This record gives sequence, structure tokens and C-alpha cells, in this order.
Amino acid sequence: MLDRLKKFPYEEVVIPILAVLLALLVGSVFILFVGENPLVAYKVLVKESLGSTRNLATTLQRSTPLIFAGLAVAFAFRAGLFNIGVEGQLYIGGFAAAWVGFTFTNLPRVIHLPLAIIAGMLGGAIWAAVPGLLKAKLGVHEVINTIMLNFIAFFLTDWLTIGPFHGNTMAPETGRVAKTAAFTRLYPPTRLNTGIYLALAAAVIVWFILWKTKLGYELRAVGLNPSAAEYGGINVAKNLVTAMAISGALAGLVGTEQILGLHNRFIQRFSPDLGFMGIAVALLGKNHPVGVIFAAVLFGALQTGSAAMDRLTAVPRELITIIQALIIFFVAAEYLIRRMIRHKGDA
Amino acid sequence: MWDVLALLVNTSVFAAAFRMATPLIFAALGGILSERSGVVNIALEGMMLTGAFTAVFVTYHTGMPWVGVLGAMAAGALMGLLHAVVCIRYRANQVVSGTALNIFAGGLTVFLLRFFFNIAGTSPAVNVIPDITIPVLNRIPWIGKILGRQNPLVYLALVSVVVVHIVLFKTVWGLRLRSVGEHPRAADTVGVNVYRIRYVAVALSGALAGIGGSYLSIAHLSRFSENMTAGRGFIALAAMIFGKWTPLGALGACLFFGYADALQMRLQNLGIPVQFVQMLPYVLTMIALAGFIGQAVAPKASGEPYVKEG
Amino acid sequence: MVKVLEMQGITKQFPRVLANDRIDFDVNQGEIHALVGENGSGKSTLMNILYGLYHADAGDIYVRGEKVQINEPRAAIDLKIGMVFQHFMLVEPLTVAENIVLGSEVRRGPFLDYKRAAEEVERLSAEYGLSIDPHAKISDLSVGLQQRVEILKALYRGAEILILDEPTAVLTPQEVDELMEVMRNLRDKGTSIVFITHKIREVLAVSDRVTVLRRGKKVGTKKTSETNEQDLAEMMVGRVVLLQVDKTPAEPGEEVLAVQSARVRDKLGTLRVNDVSLTIRSGEVLGIAGVEGNGQQELVEAIVGLTRIESGQIIFNGVDITGWSPLRIKQAGLGYVPEDRHKRGLILDYSLADNLVLGLHSEPPFIKRLGIRDDKAVQDNAERMVEEYDIRPPLPNQLVKRFSGGNQQKVVVAREFTRNPELLICSQPTRGVDIGAIEFIHEQVISQRDQGAAVLLVSAELDEILSLSDRIAVMYNGKIVTVMPAHEATEHKLGFLMLGGNLEDYQGEGGNNSVR
Repeated sequence: MLDRLKKFPYEEVVIPILAVLLALLVGSVFILFVGENPLVAYKVLVKESLGSTRNLATTLQRSTPLIFAGLAVAFAFRAGLFNIGVEGQLYIGGFAAAWVGFTFTNLPRVIHLPLAIIAGMLGGAIWAAVPGLLKAKLGVHEVINTIMLNFIAFFLTDWLTIGPFHGNTMAPETGRVAKTAAFTRLYPPTRLNTGIYLALAAAVIVWFILWKTKLGYELRAVGLNPSAAEYGGINVAKNLVTAMAISGALAGLVGTEQILGLHNRFIQRFSPDLGFMGIAVALLGKNHPVGVIFAAVLFGALQTGSAAMDRLTAVPRELITIIQALIIFFVAAEYLIRRMIRHKGDA
Repeated sequence: MWDVLALLVNTSVFAAAFRMATPLIFAALGGILSERSGVVNIALEGMMLTGAFTAVFVTYHTGMPWVGVLGAMAAGALMGLLHAVVCIRYRANQVVSGTALNIFAGGLTVFLLRFFFNIAGTSPAVNVIPDITIPVLNRIPWIGKILGRQNPLVYLALVSVVVVHIVLFKTVWGLRLRSVGEHPRAADTVGVNVYRIRYVAVALSGALAGIGGSYLSIAHLSRFSENMTAGRGFIALAAMIFGKWTPLGALGACLFFGYADALQMRLQNLGIPVQFVQMLPYVLTMIALAGFIGQAVAPKASGEPYVKEG
Repeated sequence: MVKVLEMQGITKQFPRVLANDRIDFDVNQGEIHALVGENGSGKSTLMNILYGLYHADAGDIYVRGEKVQINEPRAAIDLKIGMVFQHFMLVEPLTVAENIVLGSEVRRGPFLDYKRAAEEVERLSAEYGLSIDPHAKISDLSVGLQQRVEILKALYRGAEILILDEPTAVLTPQEVDELMEVMRNLRDKGTSIVFITHKIREVLAVSDRVTVLRRGKKVGTKKTSETNEQDLAEMMVGRVVLLQVDKTPAEPGEEVLAVQSARVRDKLGTLRVNDVSLTIRSGEVLGIAGVEGNGQQELVEAIVGLTRIESGQIIFNGVDITGWSPLRIKQAGLGYVPEDRHKRGLILDYSLADNLVLGLHSEPPFIKRLGIRDDKAVQDNAERMVEEYDIRPPLPNQLVKRFSGGNQQKVVVAREFTRNPELLICSQPTRGVDIGAIEFIHEQVISQRDQGAAVLLVSAELDEILSLSDRIAVMYNGKIVTVMPAHEATEHKLGFLMLGGNLEDYQGEGGNNSVR
């Protein structure tokens, strides 16, 4: 028991919590700025995101893509890769899932849905494998390439959506996905869907791969010290590509869930920066699947509550975007928090 | 066939290329200053966006667009300082901080837009910086048609390229800046203040990106709209890499990307989907980075926080 | 005698070591004062404090009789203190002149007056006889010339107290001689020099006084003329040095490794290993002597499969293993202790247990079916190794970065030796390791030999080569110059060959041994 307690990663938990509190504190300055009472605004935020089963369901629905996105970023991080290309990968994955969804219409559900999910994962995986390959073979840093591939993905799906696969509406979107490829809604009228189960399963699988398999041992070794990993008989290049591909597959699931669970068609530029939020989620969750789930639910709750806060108070909903950015700042600058803790200890 | 050729050398396309390139040039120069000092700046997009908003906000209240430009510079510099503090003092990962800054700018500008103007989407129209005619230049054949009459900010961008080039490669401060970006410890051991140089460089980077943003909102257009930079900060980043972290190289890249931008509408009439032209800067940058167009090598210490020991 | 520098009671505590413990140190005007001690004895820390890079927790510094505060290098420079670092502080893409003036530039308004800077450099280099091209890029210069730039950098700033931090570590013996000439020359012009080294011979050759540190404490200061090699060695290690390892004559068996006409290029395309052939038989230690950077590292990395060889063959137990992956070679029976354990040997953020299976992690018993790890097997393995190799503290789940250098090296040795490899390659196996661990590792190497392993030993320490090897090869400029039985080798003879001398030209200790 005592041993268990000792193993509990206090720092890994305390720092993110402090980061969130600090972000809310700075956020309250913005609330005061628009002439509202921070306590009132935050109370609305909490009540409207967690206060009822229905609100909770909406929060979970908004958390679902963030879990996938956070896992995608975290998985790459563990292998020493910074995947800021989740945004692009989710579009490619989402489009692939949509394409399977609206192209094959005579398949039974047990085949069609898994096929669409696999297509979504594959789309994301291939898109992410490219910068992985460029890093492994040519040593090009993945950050710039993933950024570039984001934009290429935007424009490519723009063209696909309003070009060859344009649906029957005036809107920039494809035709509808067949019912056999759609996720099931769990708590109508909220849009919470079976994607949440997939997200939780993904978290378990990521945990298992990273800490219980040879692949995970090798990936983390590559992330921590590629030279030693290479000498330890680990194929660094192969692992970099594998890590990016798995990260991309998780990113593809973000798009897949959004398309098959929410929109039921591919809509041009549907993602509200989910990929970038994934970075925040992964950082706040300390790149651990359990942390990612908690962080995703927090962000999901903030987003859910923000709409009501916008409606009921004078605080624009963009406050939440600001708070999310602040959380990233504070987690990233954990050195600041460490110092604050230490100074407290001195006093 | 001749149509296409005529289009490619059309003076109005070139003139448009300079206009399209202007915000990119400012931001790319900002990127160069920051990265040459050792701080990766993927927040150019957010800094531009903040500059674009501030320019409109200040112009709306003063009626003077040039004061708006100054406001944009100040706002960009503030964003730069925020990035600098987080990266330099608190040693955060520079890419993470940049990402946060972009998200922050996206939220903040809309937050303020809605608060101050009480509208979502687009601000009211404000005064703009009018185009000017350069007396002698406009009489030169061909060139006159391209550069004879342009927005003052277009000229300012070209002048800035030369200035940044001279600062980087001819001045004492530039020498120190480059050494800080390559080997901060070496600079530190001869008494160069690594942190101060990085703070100034990143703040200047933000100021330049801010001017780039102001061009969009009070010269090219006359209002701010949500996320109006639309990825230009990242194209500027691409131009910086494509230009191998040199002002003149970046100028070339910006003009080329601006040219592609100016052509895209016209090319669409020829059946080339506009999206493929839009992809071009990003695809080319990937190719450049992969070493197929010479070697693009970043300053050695960029991305690394400098930690004094002991 | 004028004291230009006095440091009193300097104390510096790092997170897990007391690096300097109430150290007193002084330097006279125009003397070369050697500061010696084993790795980790606190020499560099003390000088970094003097140069303002570290801040002492306690103690006072007096320069020319006045008490001073040195909080940053700028302050040291203003006090005319200059420092040449072990790892050069040079900006590679910049020119020599730019590097020399950096921080104290010749200005014309805000602009750098590059022409005058270059002239200034030329003037200085003429004055001190340190010839250099001011317009050359640092990245194009040899290590010896780069060091010259560093010295000029200090002189340009008017340094009167010059700290040289292990300046000879990176030089060829010939360059060392040149450097000593420069040092004497500077001393005669009135410069006071602090010369950090751990090579006793150099101390005796060039210094006027010597101060010895051990484990952060000062052992004593002596006039060089009043001490000798044995005396200094005892001061450094605290007991009589055990130079000879207990071993019986080798009983070589079958040929285990044969390298045939191997050529290796580095990333930049420079030929590093030029037509090298060598063989090692079971039950013998082949030592490779050579100044670092003469291709030893590239040769070793080619044998273990980390770099590709351009041409030639590597035969292991009669099988051509050229082009095999490191893992496959390891599985065929290779053990490898890499030169840089932090870079190649260990994953510092992995636990002791995880490090002990690195490279074995994909084989049973550590893997069950389907690539799933057997945590218990990994743990059991760690507990066994900790016992067998006396790794302290015995905590399998502790991160390896929390262990001392000696214990970290034991982790590598434990992992590489435990399967009784047929071929064992040890590259600088005792670098940065305390005396106790050195003895332990040396014993282990000989014990592996006696159990029939073929051992390839690469070391920059001639003592280590001489005491462990049965045969000694000398490597110079990418080639094996000669191979001789260990009993025919002396330190002096090896030193001559390491410089590129021919064996036929060698005329013995007293002879006129000109390399050119």
C-alpha cells in the first residue's frame, strides 16, 4: 500500500491541475474586463457542462474527438515526435471514412461500419507516415512537414468536397453517409455516440502498446535516446514511421468520429481546430492515456459550458479558446510552476 | 498557348504578386529574426492576426491608419514578448508555445471583436492607407506598371528586406544575434547577453508580423474579419525556410508565392483547380526541406532553450 | 612574487555532488599553474566559477589583491581573465575574425568594422606567433587551429590570466608540444596561466607549480620542481596506482573476428577507415592505440553494424557479417561497450531493469507471444545482475540517470558481458569512471578473455592498453600502422607510432625520433 502511494506520480498530477487553475485565474481577468463576475461566469460554465445528465452527455460527446486527438499527439510525443499535423490527418481520415460511407451502400452494418473506421484510420496513418518517412530517411524535422501537410490536406479535401464528390446540396459538402456506416447515438437528442466507446478502447490500447509490448519499449527508447536505441538493435527509422502512422491512425479516428457520429457527411473544414486542441490535451494529460482522458473531458466540458455562458452572460464564448491557450502556456512552462511550488516550500 | 504565356508575364499579375507578397515578406522577416536568434516562431500566424485586429481597432478610434500600423506593431511585439517569456524565461517548448499563441490569438481577436464592436465575423469598415504613385519609377516601362503605383506598405516591405539584411550581416548586433542562434554558450562566454538578444529579436519578429497583419486589414482590405490571415503566417514560415533563413532568399520565396497566389484566379479559368495552386507553397517547401532544392539548414540552436548552468 | 589571483574557501554544491569543498587556489604573475585531478575532481567547476559561469555557494575571489564579484563572463573578461574551454566556444558558420571579436567588436557606429577586425587578428597572431587566416570559416579548421582561435580570442580581450581547460585532450602529441611552446611563450610575456589537465606528464613538462584536487577537495599545492610522477599520482588517486592488472599469458584459440580491407566513410564523405585488416582470436585481447579521431570509433561502429562499410569484409566466426544489422550481429554473439555510454549505451530515462534488457528486449524470456513483454522476467533479470555486478543502489526500478557514472558503466558492462559473448568490443570502457569501478571492469574484461572471448579494446589511455592487451595495434590516420605483441610495446614507442612514425625509424627512448 505504502509502495503504491510512493509510486503515485504527484508531480505529473499536481502540475497540470495548477496549470488549469492558473489559466482560469488569468481567464477571470478577461471576464472582469467585459464587466462580469468571474465566479458567476464559471458557475454557469460548470452547471451547463456537468449539471445534468444531458449536459454531461454533451460534454462527453465533445470530449470524444479530443480523446482521439490527444492520444494521437501523445503517442507521437512518446516516440520523440511532435505531430502538429493531426488537423490535416483528421481531414484525410475523415474523408476516407466518408467516402467508404457514401460509396458502398449495400453492405451490412457489421462490415460497412468497421470498413469505414479502418478507412479513416488508414487515411490518417498514410498522411502521417509521410513526415515520418521524411524524418526517418532524410532527417527532415517533422514539425514543419506536418504543418505543411495540414494545409495540403485542407486544400485537397476542399477540392474533393466541392469538386468530384460534391453532394446534392448547395453547401460545400459531400453526399450523405449510408446509415449502415454511422455510429449510433447514445443519448438523443444529444449527439453523444458510440464513438466514445471507441475512444476509451483506443486509450486502453495505446497504454498497452506503450508499456506492455516490444513495440512500445522500442518506440519510447527511440523517443528518449535514438542513438542508444539504434545500438540496442532497434530500427529507429522503422519505429519513427510506425509511431507517426499509429499517431495518424488515431488522428484519422478524430475525423471518422466527427463524420460518422455527428455530421454524417464530409463538410468542408468541419473541424474546429480539433487537431490543435489535441496538442493541449496531450500536454495537459502528460502524454499518458489516463491523463489524456481527463484532459479531454475537461476541455469538452469547457466547450459545452461556453455556449451557455455566451448566452447567459456578457462573456463571449471565445473566452474558452483563450483559456485553452493559457492552459497550454502554463503546462508548457511547467518550469514556472515548479519554481512556484519550490518557493512556497522555502517560505 | 500564347494566352497562357501572355498571362504569365502580365504586368497586372506581377503587380498583384507584390501586393500578395507584402504581408508574407513582413512575417517572413520576423520569422528570420526570431529563428536566427534561436527561437522557433510558428506563431507568426497568430502575431499577424493580432496585428490585423489591432490595426483596425486603433484606426477605428483614431481615424488614422498609420497609427493603426503602429498599434499593430506594438500588439505583435507584445505577442512576441509573451512567446519570448514563455520560451526563454520559462523554457517551454517553442513549438508548443507557438501553437498556444496561435490559438490564443484566434480566441482573443474574436473575443475583442465581439466585445468592442458587438458583432461576430467582421468589423465595421475603417480608413485605409491609400496607394501612392512614385514619380520617376512609374515612368519606367514595364516596371513602372508593376511598382509605379502601390501601397506604401508594399514599398516598406521591400525596404525592410534590405534593412534586415544589413542588420543581420553588417552590424555588431546582427553578428551577436547570429552567434546566439548558432552557439548561445559561445556568445555567453564572451559576455553577449543571450537572453536580451533573444527577447529583442522575438519582439521585433512580432512587430514585423504585426505590420504584415495590418497590411491585410487596413491596406488590402478595410476591415478585420475572423481568422483573416487564413494561414499566411505559415506561408511566411514556408518562405523563410525556402529562402534558407536569409532576407533576400525569403523575399524571392514570398514573391514567388505571391505570384502563384495572383495567378490562381486566372489559372482557374484555364481549368486548373484553385486548390492545387494554393497547395503549391506548402508542397514546394516540403520538397525544399527534403533537400531536392539545395540544402535548407536551420540555425543550429533554434528550438533549444538556453539554460545557464550552475 | 605577485599574486594575481587568489580564491579562498570556494564551495559549490551541485544537486548530488559537492563539486568544490572549501578550495583555496592562487596564481602568481607569469607562472603556469597546473590544476590536476581525476575526472570529476572539481577542476572545471572551480575554473567555471572563476570565469563567472557558475556561482559559488561560499568563498571569496581576489584579483590583483582586490576582492571581486564575478557573476557573469563579462565581469571576468573585464578583470582580464580569459578561458579556453574543453569544448570550444566557437560559432562554426562564422569566420575566425568574427569569432575572435564577438562580444568586443571593432565598431563603426552600429556596424561591424570587419576589415579592422581582421587586421587586429593578424596583428595579434603575428605578435604571439599564432598564425591563422582571419577570413577562414571555423568549420573548415582543424581542431588544433580552432584551439588557436580560442587562445587568440582570450588574448584579444587582453587576458592576463588565461585558463586552459584540458586543452590537450583533443590534440595530437605533436600539437601538444606546439601548445606547450605557446604556453611558455605567453608566460615569458607575463601572462599567468591556469593549466587544467589530468595527465601528469604534461604537468611535469610545462608547469611551475601544481595544485591537486580530489573529489572536490584540495589535496595540496607544490612546486613542480619539487615533485615527481609517482608523488602526483598518489596525490590524485589517494593511494599507490595499480597499473598492472593481474593476468596470465593469453592462450589464443580459433580466429573469431577478421576484418579484411575495410574502408569506412563518415557522413560528410571523408575516408575515416582506410583499408584496415585485422584479426582477433578467441582468448586474446587486441588493443588499439591511437590519438582519438584517427578512425578507431568508425572502425568499431562498422564492426558492430552501426555504420556501413564502403568496401571490404567483416568475418565473424567464419561467417561474412558485412552489412548485418546491429541486432543480428549482437544475436550472433557480440558484446559491445560503447565509447559514450550516455549516447549509445544507456537510455537515461529508462529504469535500471529496462536498460539491462536493451538489445535483448525482443528475445525470450523477456518477450512472451505476440510481442508482449514479460515484466517479471525483466525484473528477475535486473535483480540477478544487480547482485552479480554489484550495482549500487540495488534498485531495479530506479531511473538510470540517478546512478553514478561508475554504476552506469557497470550497467552497460553487466548487460554486454552477461551472455559471455564470443566477441567483446570495449571502447573507452573506463572513461569517467572512478578507480574502484575501473579495477572491477578491468577484471571483468580479463575474465571474459579467459573464458574464451575475443576482445577488441579501444582506449585513449595508453596505460589501459598496455596493461590489458595481449597484442597492440596502432591506428593512425585511418590505417593500422603496426601490430605488435604487448611485451614489445612501451608507452614511448606507441606514442611515436601514434604520431604517424614508422617502426623502422624508431630509435628507442633516447633516440632522435623525428616524425617528419
